[in-house]
Amino acid sequence: MDTIEVSNLNRQFLFRQSHVGQSKAKVARDAVLRFRPHISITPYHANVKDSNFNVDFFKQFNVILNGLDNLDARRHVNRLCLAAEVPLVESGTTGFLGQVTTYPVCTITSTPSKFVHCVVWAKDLLFAKLFGDKNQDNDLNVRSNDAARSSKNVDDVFEWGENEDIEQYGRRIYDHVFGYNIEQALSNEETWKNRNKPRPIYCRDVLPDIMTQRNGNNVDKTDDLSSASAMASLGLKNPQDIWCLMENTKVFIEALKLFFTNRRKEIGNLSFDKDDLLAVEFVTAAANIRAASFNIPLQSLFEAKGIAGNIVHAVATTNAIVAGLIVIEAIKVLKKDTESYRMTYCLEHPSKKMLLMPVEPFEPNKSCCVCSETPLSLEINTHRSKLRDFVEKIVKAKLGMNSPLIMHATALLYEVGDDLEEDEIANYNANLEKVLSELPSPVTGGTMLTVEDLQQEFTCNIHIKHREEFDEEKEPDGMVLSGWTQALPEKKDAKTSNGNGASTSKSLPTKPGNTEIDIEVKEISDGTVSPGTKRKLSEFSDGSPVDHSSDVDETRNNKKIQNHDDEDELVML
Amino acid sequence: MNGEELTEQETALYDRQIRVWGADAQRRLSKSHILVYGMKGTIAEFCKNIVLAGVGSLTLVDDRDVSEEALSANFLIPPDESVCRGKTLAELCCDSLREFNPMVRVSVEKGDLASLGAEFFDKFDVVVISCCSLATKKLINEKCRKLSKRVSFYTVDCRDCCGEIFVDLQKYNYAKKKTDGTTESELQYPSFQEAISVPWKSLRPKVSKLYFAMRVIERFEEAEKRKPREISIEDLPAVLKLKKELCEEQSLNESHIPDTLLERLVMGAKEFPPVCAIIGGTLGQVNSSSVYFLVFFFNVRQPSLIYVEH
Repeated sequence: MDTIEVSNLNRQFLFRQSHVGQSKAKVARDAVLRFRPHISITPYHANVKDSNFNVDFFKQFNVILNGLDNLDARRHVNRLCLAAEVPLVESGTTGFLGQVTTYPVCTITSTPSKFVHCVVWAKDLLFAKLFGDKNQDNDLNVRSNDAARSSKNVDDVFEWGENEDIEQYGRRIYDHVFGYNIEQALSNEETWKNRNKPRPIYCRDVLPDIMTQRNGNNVDKTDDLSSASAMASLGLKNPQDIWCLMENTKVFIEALKLFFTNRRKEIGNLSFDKDDLLAVEFVTAAANIRAASFNIPLQSLFEAKGIAGNIVHAVATTNAIVAGLIVIEAIKVLKKDTESYRMTYCLEHPSKKMLLMPVEPFEPNKSCCVCSETPLSLEINTHRSKLRDFVEKIVKAKLGMNSPLIMHATALLYEVGDDLEEDEIANYNANLEKVLSELPSPVTGGTMLTVEDLQQEFTCNIHIKHREEFDEEKEPDGMVLSGWTQALPEKKDAKTSNGNGASTSKSLPTKPGNTEIDIEVKEISDGTVSPGTKRKLSEFSDGSPVDHSSDVDETRNNKKIQNHDDEDELVML
Repeated sequence: MNGEELTEQETALYDRQIRVWGADAQRRLSKSHILVYGMKGTIAEFCKNIVLAGVGSLTLVDDRDVSEEALSANFLIPPDESVCRGKTLAELCCDSLREFNPMVRVSVEKGDLASLGAEFFDKFDVVVISCCSLATKKLINEKCRKLSKRVSFYTVDCRDCCGEIFVDLQKYNYAKKKTDGTTESELQYPSFQEAISVPWKSLRPKVSKLYFAMRVIERFEEAEKRKPREISIEDLPAVLKLKKELCEEQSLNESHIPDTLLERLVMGAKEFPPVCAIIGGTLGQVNSSSVYFLVFFFNVRQPSLIYVEH
């Protein structure tokens, strides 16, 4: 369902500048037909999670090739392929692994230590508070150990006064979030016992003079660029430059001004979009000022945009290599050559050596709830957590269900569907707002819940355990799920990743004829390869003899010559 | 193109790759001039990648007409006879490549590459040749090495589902990261002639059999005065005989070059598109490593990459 963007053009070569804004599926189809006119290609400009792409839809195909950019969709397709008994060839490139991080609330609201924390604050709290839906809960004024946040006084601060000068408004907001709020936080000594204290920053100290209007006009309509961008208005040309505190302050005020002057109608409905330059400028400035307050190094707009927009870096060469590998694996699938399926890791060192490391497919994971019957267990405070929390944080976010059904014995607590009656929907909505122990069919310690997604043909049993307290920092969700293995490993260090990419829930189904192959591109640090990537080819054998030698020596500094060749198996592809 | 800074248009277009290699590298790329010879599938992939990446200029050399074989693996050639008539491979590829990135200057040079003087090669920073005989490879490599300016030289060849890349970066300086900082290192690459003259015995036991097999085929085509890939199954007995001779000469056990492998190389004229993509992609990334020969062999069992290290 994606449309083409300018930043796609550096590698998605089926698209041209003139196609920007059009449907990827449709344009890709037309482009391919131009050099292979006789293939039958059907484009669907739609979300793969739509209900019409059901098991019957997938059953039409001999093989599925995935090029998705999010975990949720991948899991969804994975389950449908299993249900349809159609082979799936999966692939992914760097950047994918970094996506699944949530930060504890207090790190964002009170004790940031990295620039990314400041970006999250600026984007999800400040930007959302000023320009987004006013009715949304917002933790902006939450201080550690202080639960009170929605007092009337506090909300008034962010409202733009009737006849208030816009720059005054900007300065007032600035002083509140970077000055007053920090002073409040400092008053809690306990927080700062083992941490560096932040310093409050007031606008008058950084920018004593009122910024004069550009071009002397109230609303600048003659210069399009200046009215759409704070950088342009201020003469800041290079997005790779790191602005000083004063420049960041100017951008903050100017961006706010431009939003309220030129985009008044959008305020209250705006969500952050990485391609909205003004939004990116505002978030960069706000994040930087907060970083300055907490003594965290400042970053350029380019960097901040990458973080705020979850931008995945990508180049044409790597994509071409992975695409080639996908086709080779797909051909093996189509030839039903189950013996020769390979997982291939494409590792790229900073020293730019390339190594394609073939690995045998992993065995089905016994602790994965898709291919085994092990029930999960969930620790949760059944008197405090609502059904809504359970649905959002566990069923959708962790289990990846799209249209879940939740049952307690024979009682249907919640479901999603197109054909529900109005009173059923009302009932479910009411249930969402109840705490677990007060549901029509009470859920307490010892209860077994059944959670299902019919479209994905995926069922799970969850054993509920009541727990009173949770650590705010380590367990920010207030619930702990056990027995559920993550689809991907935690990335401890951006540069060193191990090869366990698909070792867990992305496993092979036990149904015959189905095999899933993962092809991943990762970066590893220079010097020796981390132990996790060492792969003895025989390690993953499912019992059948391994024909090739396992003298895989990945030590980068090794000057010896390597041989991965398999002379006994010369078979035509 | 531009002065020192990247333009706004370039920054927007190249955003995702600048996040990989940085703005400085992007600037250097936008100033580099590439010469490419032999417009087959793998080279087409390589050209596509570097044009998308925003190289300064790309010059194509290939006066051959379109053939059935060209259409099977070169996606830059439109399958429309009316469009192809009267145009050389280089001209057709040039037209297609220009569409990928209007900011890159793509042009065609006509004539026999081997007859061009050293001053011609001086215009370029990188020279990549494919579909060349042993003699031509040596010749062009020498011309590049004679210049005072450093011109990187690559050869790439794909036969069947095998491929081989040779790299000559001449004198190459790079920074090596260590625990206590970075140190400057220098590598001296061997010429093509020097590389293939390394006695086989000193290379084994870890070098891929494919390396030796390619050398046998190479020598056969040279001895018989054939054009590259002008070889067929009828030649197999003669090729096997040559293999025996070479193994004796090099004191290498014959089992190191399986007959089946040679047979495959002799028969496999056509390129295989996914292999072209992989090797074309790798070629675009092999610009700072200490390996000079990379050999690929994709069979049903596994894809493999073999280094012959410095």
